[in-house]
Amino acid sequence: MGSVEKETKVFDSEAASSMVKELRDEFMSGKTRSYEWRVTQLKNILKMSEDREQDIVKALHSDLAKPEFESSIYEISMLKNACTLAIKKLKQWMKPEKVKTSLTSFPSSAEIVSEPLGVVLVISPWNYPFLLSIDPVVGAIASGNAVVLKPSEIASATSSLLAKLVREYLDNSLIRVVEGAAAETSALLEQKWDKICYTGNGRVGRIVMAAAAKHLTPVLLELGGKCPAVVDSSINLKVAARRIVAGKWGCNSGQTCVAVDYILATKDVALKLVDALKHELEGFYGKNQLESKDLSRIVNSNHFARLTKLLDEDKVSGKIVHGGERDKANLKIAPTILLDVPQDSLIMNEEIFGPLLPIFTVEKVENSFDVINSGTKPLAAYLFTDNKKLKEQFVMAVSAGGLLINDTVMHVILLSFNF
Amino acid sequence: METLREFERDLGEMREYYSQGKTKEASWRKSQLKGLLTLLKEKEGDILNALMQDLGKHQVETFRDEIGTSIKTLNLALESLREWMSGRKAKLPQIALLTRLSLEPMIGALAAGNTVVLKPSELAPASASLLATAISTYLDNKAVKVIQAVKHLTPVTLELGGKCPAVLDSLSSSWDIKVAVKRIVYGKYGCCAGQACIAIDYILVEKKFTRTVVELMKSMIKEMFGENPKESHSIARIINKQHLLRLKNLLKDPHVDASTVYGGSVDEDNLFIEPTILVDPPLQAEIMTDEIFGPLLPIITLEKIEDSIQFINSKPKALAIYCFTKNKTLQRRMISETSSGSVTFNDTIIQYAADTLPFGGVGGSGFGRYHGKFSFDTFSHEKAIARRSFLTEFWFRFPPWNNHKFQLLASSFNFDYLGLVLVILA
Repeated sequence: MGSVEKETKVFDSEAASSMVKELRDEFMSGKTRSYEWRVTQLKNILKMSEDREQDIVKALHSDLAKPEFESSIYEISMLKNACTLAIKKLKQWMKPEKVKTSLTSFPSSAEIVSEPLGVVLVISPWNYPFLLSIDPVVGAIASGNAVVLKPSEIASATSSLLAKLVREYLDNSLIRVVEGAAAETSALLEQKWDKICYTGNGRVGRIVMAAAAKHLTPVLLELGGKCPAVVDSSINLKVAARRIVAGKWGCNSGQTCVAVDYILATKDVALKLVDALKHELEGFYGKNQLESKDLSRIVNSNHFARLTKLLDEDKVSGKIVHGGERDKANLKIAPTILLDVPQDSLIMNEEIFGPLLPIFTVEKVENSFDVINSGTKPLAAYLFTDNKKLKEQFVMAVSAGGLLINDTVMHVILLSFNF
Repeated sequence: METLREFERDLGEMREYYSQGKTKEASWRKSQLKGLLTLLKEKEGDILNALMQDLGKHQVETFRDEIGTSIKTLNLALESLREWMSGRKAKLPQIALLTRLSLEPMIGALAAGNTVVLKPSELAPASASLLATAISTYLDNKAVKVIQAVKHLTPVTLELGGKCPAVLDSLSSSWDIKVAVKRIVYGKYGCCAGQACIAIDYILVEKKFTRTVVELMKSMIKEMFGENPKESHSIARIINKQHLLRLKNLLKDPHVDASTVYGGSVDEDNLFIEPTILVDPPLQAEIMTDEIFGPLLPIITLEKIEDSIQFINSKPKALAIYCFTKNKTLQRRMISETSSGSVTFNDTIIQYAADTLPFGGVGGSGFGRYHGKFSFDTFSHEKAIARRSFLTEFWFRFPPWNNHKFQLLASSFNFDYLGLVLVILA
């Protein structure tokens, strides 16, 4: 299909437009409507993930110094599970859903039929570049759409591997990868899509939605926010600390949309928590945490600079109670804890997306909910408590994408565990 | 007339009220829904009058389309509220802005616990002003506001509908043909004179069937609207001068004018256009490229009825496709080879009344959906809640990483319970 030529030519608006037209014509031929086509593509994705696991792990390590463990478990296994589930359930998902009718619609029968939207665009981020690229693509294919994937250029090794793998394993007449940065993404966003799925930050999310609005294209925005963890007294602090460490530094060094961003606790709980966290951190990553191989590095120098700026702000730099060490050459920042940061500091107002964990102290644990609701709604919120009433208050009062009580991040993985 | 500043202040107050949590309570939601029911019962006469004033709509049509459906939806919402609110999902309401005449979206928004700002169309001033006074009397003023006009606030109107086609297959039984034509005539002229997003826009028939259809339609129109439809009070008026002139303009094109086989007369002063039928106006004319939204019905003739699929696909996706046929193959093909908000076989408009079916568009006809429980869901955020105990733990999910943990997790992910046990036993 002349894919080598495509790599050397500039991907501009004209190229984007003709690619979309090709895909739309192919979609209109009806090829994606069949169960066979969809299940074949899904099986090929599964095969691709199994056969090329090492290549994927290598690329992720190159892009993020991601430990093999995180790559295999968080990215590849999760993707394989999503695929397996789709393959298993596809026949059922494709069946029309019968619904009841009543007298107001007179004697009649009714059903709801799912049909593909057409040609969809998936724009994926750099932090879980394999999983967050292919997972939405699995959904798009299962529902019978043609798909264009634009992976993040910041995770360049994974981006070019994805382009290669999609070419090799999948039906190129309906599934494509477009590599590139702002220029290529803009060219893509100028086109009319039937749906756009964007995972990333709020700033670019607004640009995507505004571009989509011109064509009345519906969007799926997976953004982030500051995911808080509220820690109550009288809980098993050791277990809570362990789960917080896992849900912060164990998740791509905090560079995860559902990672714990900051903690809310009363002063006395905060002090005990700091000790517990220090203890668990040493257990996980040893004494010299900056050098640990079990921690991802910061993705690039821009983000490194952004994070050090958060740490170096005057009102915050004196609040470090653990860590703070950096290695600019290797783009590493040690697991860092800050205590009692002021509410108007930068670190309390931007999504951190890194290995810095501020603890914000409150008078009473119930005040935490007001603090959370004073900001924009986060993707996830966590609560550690044994108090039933507090749990109920949390569920009612806090608006977030998802809530998890007494653990972190697991609600995203829960489907896979199924224990 | 509100200023932008007053509106922003009102909005701030509403957010504050919402954050106090009152609207989340089931009792509050029920009180608002009951308030709406009372409004509809006590103000029925006023509503019927307002719509007669705005649109010349007959009382029966108004009751059918505006009051009756709302009562039905309110009863459903009241009955189902506990169920919708309970159990596996936690609904997280917000603040909803609604810009429609119909109460349907507002019912969903209130059932889901939102505060609501309603901006009725300024094109229907009597109805808008009635809504404003009635709502402030019957509902919680701190949570539900109606704004009629705000200076400097440019309303964004998404005119989403499209050209809803009706495909009319050659039906063998004369009874079936009569029923089909009757339903088509009502689905065009009996629906706010064609000014409805799901009204039939145009029809597709086979050439050999055209004459029969046209003759039947003429007689049905006479039956439903009398010899002089303007005097019948059974057909609505055009909403205003601007739209009347727009419709009059569609007929101006000489080729379009020549294709008119029935009706066509326009009474500007009384904002009335009589039921009009056209056969094969040119496809590039505005009447066939733009959504008509009025009582003009083009009939497009085809060699075979199956060609209707390609014809429909050559246009942007419509909100509704109507297909009159007993041919199962054609029915199957219509579903799988076209895309639209909905497909209705052998009737028109009724899909709107079915609460168990989602109402909404796709592509050019819009996105999102409501009616019945779909309304409740549309104005809700379905928040995922997960709970864990402190007791059970999978130690192998914590670093430092080693091969042993790797194997355990790999087994877990593959649901390989036996493998998991074996690795643990080492």
